[in-house]
Amino acid sequence: MAFCFQVSPDVIMPFGNTHNKLKMNYSAEQEFPDLSQHNNHMAKVLTPEMYGNLRDKETPSGFTLDDTIQTGVDNPGHPFIMTVGCVAGDEETYEVFKELLDPVIEDRHGGYKPSDKHKTDLNFENLQGGDDLDPNYVLSSRVRTGRSIRGFCLPPHCSRGERRAIENLSIESLDILDGDLKGKYYALKNMTEEEQQQLIDDHFLFDKPVSPLLLASGMARDWPDGRGIWHNDNKTFLVWVNEEDHLRVISMQKGGNMREVFTRFCTGLTKIESLFKDRGHEFMWNEHLGYVLTCPSNLGTGLRAGVHVKLPNVSKHDKFGEILKRLRLQKRGTGGVDTAAVGGVFDISNADRLGFSEVELVQMVVDGVNLLVEMEKRLEGGESIDDLMPEQK
Amino acid sequence: MPFGNTHNNFKLNYKVEDEFPDLSKHNNHMAKVLTKEIYGKLRDKQTPSGYTLDDVIQTGVDNPGHPFIMTVGCVAGDEESYEIFKDLLDPIISDRHSGYKPTDKHKTDLNFENLKGGDDLDPNYVLSSRVRTGRSIKGFTLPPHNSRGERRGIEKLSVEALTSLDGEFKGKYYPLKSMTDAEQDQLINDHFLFDKPVSPLLTCAGMARDWPDARGIWHNDNKSFLVWVNEEDHLRVISMQQGGNMREVFRRFCVGLNKIEEIFKKHNHGFMWNEHLGYILTCPSNLGTGLRGGVHVKLPKLSTHAKFEEILTRLRLQKRGTGGVDTASVGGVFDISNADRLGSSEVAQVQLVVDGVKLMVEMEKKLEKGEAIDSMIPAQK
Repeated sequence: MAFCFQVSPDVIMPFGNTHNKLKMNYSAEQEFPDLSQHNNHMAKVLTPEMYGNLRDKETPSGFTLDDTIQTGVDNPGHPFIMTVGCVAGDEETYEVFKELLDPVIEDRHGGYKPSDKHKTDLNFENLQGGDDLDPNYVLSSRVRTGRSIRGFCLPPHCSRGERRAIENLSIESLDILDGDLKGKYYALKNMTEEEQQQLIDDHFLFDKPVSPLLLASGMARDWPDGRGIWHNDNKTFLVWVNEEDHLRVISMQKGGNMREVFTRFCTGLTKIESLFKDRGHEFMWNEHLGYVLTCPSNLGTGLRAGVHVKLPNVSKHDKFGEILKRLRLQKRGTGGVDTAAVGGVFDISNADRLGFSEVELVQMVVDGVNLLVEMEKRLEGGESIDDLMPEQK
Repeated sequence: MPFGNTHNNFKLNYKVEDEFPDLSKHNNHMAKVLTKEIYGKLRDKQTPSGYTLDDVIQTGVDNPGHPFIMTVGCVAGDEESYEIFKDLLDPIISDRHSGYKPTDKHKTDLNFENLKGGDDLDPNYVLSSRVRTGRSIKGFTLPPHNSRGERRGIEKLSVEALTSLDGEFKGKYYPLKSMTDAEQDQLINDHFLFDKPVSPLLTCAGMARDWPDARGIWHNDNKSFLVWVNEEDHLRVISMQQGGNMREVFRRFCVGLNKIEEIFKKHNHGFMWNEHLGYILTCPSNLGTGLRGGVHVKLPKLSTHAKFEEILTRLRLQKRGTGGVDTASVGGVFDISNADRLGSSEVAQVQLVVDGVKLMVEMEKKLEKGEAIDSMIPAQK
């Protein structure tokens, strides 16, 4: 297919970045951001010295240090989570700006070192159990990840031409899926009212980002051009195109059969990956960082596996935070990352992304949620849960 | 500048058709003017500071339209944007500024003595009077594009210049990032405080980056002369007071502006100006004088008259709500100001406001008495 041209990373870019060079007329102090009110990973790591070292650099596609950190400068903090405060504009960002990103990655991902290797395991057969989380408590199960397509810049930086090429490639590949995965693509910009309403009712529709974390990094440019949603006819497998990452892949269903959700996830992902490869496009991956995504917090597996689970009693227990920590899980409200819990129903998912495989992370969710439900039942019966307290995983 | 713009050159790997924005749902000046041909011609260009066509148009691509106003849909990143991208900007300027041609010359007149009257707009109707403009400082890039170092440089220069003012202009600077709560409350009560922009027209153009770094408000002790630093333009200069003495407001405006300009010139940073476009500002709609002279005026009867819009058009005035550009009017009180910016001088524009508002207040009084205003309808100015 010859409708687009993408430049391999080996092509030498003969030009510098004019605007970046103009800024060199100002000293590093004059340009260094004021991070005194800030509380994010970037602000914790970036020093004037580091800024001085990296400010004249750029990736082959022209992404600069200021581009990387802009979102963290513009967003000092977040009420519920410790934000990352920086993004990648292309695969090479993680290399050219490693002096900043390695410590950010280490801080964010439990001490992950620049020399560490990440293991990918998408073999669902390696998961133990997971098909019987109690549906009286576990309302739904979901696994998501992201994928970036090598040869294109990432959402903070990509042009309309690149975004459209990504969309075209995605549609071509997804259209080939069949069986349980057979489905349809809905481009955001020419959806009918009915289609839109249906996607809203199914909780599939994604909207133009409103979070300043995303807007400040440039991910919403040209909205809704090149963006869309693909899902299978069964509405259990969903792909978002050109939202925060090139692709977000989601497997989900009601109830507690996480095993089935994960099986479909792995099968679908593997198929999609090979379809892209048939078209000459791999996913961005390396043995140190695993799958390369826009936000450093999603490196590795990019995987968030979670359930919506009723834990009205456990969640009020004073050791709830501690239990989650030991299980390597995190809680969110049922509206997603920026929300609080409603009616005792929590979104419980793996906290880690990098340094553990997909199977390992989903196992933690399966085992951890099983334990939490057991604890909930105990507390319902007025019994103690002290003997159930887990070790640090 | 010996270097090209890496990212822009990277995009040239994609064809014009692949990169051309989808403007099918759009209604702004940029979308009316930009064709694939113009895009193809301009896409490989950049200004000396690296501003590109995609930078210029991004806000217009991201914002298809606006409920109350026909937006411009593009911005300048530096003085040279207006030259390098003239194929796009000249037609937009012409469309926005009533047919202003690339060969036209703009007249600047900040001599307040040339204004006739204006000291006696009826304060029973005219609640307040205000004149604002913007200024850009030569040698720096504009708010959509400038770096923290530049913005801080602008702030430093501005604070130096403003704090040297005395007499009726003696005042104080309040940087946004280190304001006390008490100072903030006072500035809000005085209606002086500006906030981080929420309008996507502005945020999509990149003007809110690094907020609130190097942004601030300076005002004189009398609270009648105010300068915003690094908001939508390098400087926004505002003269205002309660009541209808527009003449006094304009006098203070001209005197203050001229004083400030002198000081900047001494530091070898004059204001961006040329004889074709007048004062160069971030938004093409503010070229020329950048001046909006207006009043808050009670016109409950006139505003519901069938010919209200026609009257405003003929007087070359525009209406806004009392909350500013993105608001509707409340309680029959309107913000009435000059519609033009480019092609007529400051004095001429304020004269239009003075004469036009006087007429409209007379019309309002007539309508209050149940009399007709047909004989008073003005000719097109």
